[in-house]
Amino acid sequence: MGQIVYFSSASGNTHRFIEKLGAPALRIPRNKSEALPRIGDPFVLIVPTYADGEGRGAVASQVIRFLNDAPTRSLLKGVIASGNRNFGAYFAYAGDVVSRKCGVPLLYRFELSGTDTDLFRVEHGMTELWKRQS
Amino acid sequence: MNIHTSVSASARKVPKAVNWNRLQDDKDLEIWNRLTVNFWLPEKVPLSNDIQSWATLHEDEQQLTIRVFTGLTLLDTIQNTVGAPTLMADALTPHEEAVLTNIAFMEAVHARSYSSVFSTLCRTADVDEAFRWSEENEFLQAKSRLILNEYDATSSPLKKKVASVFLESFLFYSGFYLPMHWSSRAKLTNTADLIRLIIRDEAVHGYYIGYKFQRMLETLPEAEQQEIKDFTFALMFDLYDIESKYTESLYDCVGLTEDVKHFLHYNANKALMNLGYEPLFPDSVCQVNPAIMAALSPNADENHDFFSGSGSSYVIGKAVATEDEDWDF
Repeated sequence: MGQIVYFSSASGNTHRFIEKLGAPALRIPRNKSEALPRIGDPFVLIVPTYADGEGRGAVASQVIRFLNDAPTRSLLKGVIASGNRNFGAYFAYAGDVVSRKCGVPLLYRFELSGTDTDLFRVEHGMTELWKRQS
Repeated sequence: MNIHTSVSASARKVPKAVNWNRLQDDKDLEIWNRLTVNFWLPEKVPLSNDIQSWATLHEDEQQLTIRVFTGLTLLDTIQNTVGAPTLMADALTPHEEAVLTNIAFMEAVHARSYSSVFSTLCRTADVDEAFRWSEENEFLQAKSRLILNEYDATSSPLKKKVASVFLESFLFYSGFYLPMHWSSRAKLTNTADLIRLIIRDEAVHGYYIGYKFQRMLETLPEAEQQEIKDFTFALMFDLYDIESKYTESLYDCVGLTEDVKHFLHYNANKALMNLGYEPLFPDSVCQVNPAIMAALSPNADENHDFFSGSGSSYVIGKAVATEDEDWDF
């Protein structure tokens, strides 16, 4: 069984989604001075999007720092991204960027802190994903 | 020379010069940067390319469109002249005040944009009629009144923020629906481009003011937090009641009311999420027409994801500026 690693800024949308999901999850710290989590098992990354009108800056810098570590990156199995459809083509764009940079599938996208449908699909999808991995 | 000037007890304090290199809240700079990078003016959108398309709309469809845009203009006007300025007094940091001036100005740009659409596409007499309509429409007036009452209740900074988030993240959407609908039918597509710029701005505004709401709320004792939550949901119900009637009065004649209501529920939930609350409307009543979703975020669904069951492979995305210098690999 793999694990979940996530990032959430001070607005806490992704954190609330993780809380509702109820599965154990490691949080990438907001503060640059705090140690990044050590990963020993395959994991799925859940990240929010901060893109501007041209898609720049979509991935939080702490997430980039976390993924810059090659051993960590080798355990990444997929990415789930949150965002807001109001950003048009760049909705949940952090997922596209991480997927492309790390060569992992974009598993799912949801808006803000997610709906019941989002929770159901992520729970179900994660179960299936880890079944296939094992 | 004596440079001391007399200061009466009631005089305002000289503010401290704002220092952007000493932040109390990183979100202020993050949002300042986002908003300033996203700055735009209606002149950037070639609205005149919609002239032929406008002519294909029936007279009642044209009237509906002008009225909807006039209603949106009113909300932008309120947000520009009352909403954002009234939030400034409650700012927790000097940087927050500066961000709110940007928000106030962009609301003026939004309000001004609709007049650009009007002058490009519409007859002056029709537009004048719609502005008169907006002054007399009971639902438009009622929702404005509810929001203004909270802005004027200076005793509660939190309630003002709730009203502001509801205006920007909920009340606009009965109007935003229509240009998305036209766009999904390949009509008024340039106007839709302009509206999407407004929609993008409103997302940042709702997010930021909702974030500031949460920061302030968490400092209160639990009983007061509960009182604010009760207020928030009560105001949502009151506004929703008016929005439903407003929607029926506008969209019944074109048979779109039920579809618009799904869009309202979906956006009401997002407004509540911006404030840190749970969605109110169940997913079953938030089934927005996929054509409207596609018009809202064109191309965003080209890359299918796995868990929705809508695709079987992940696509290497389109080439777009990323922060490559930050990545080590």
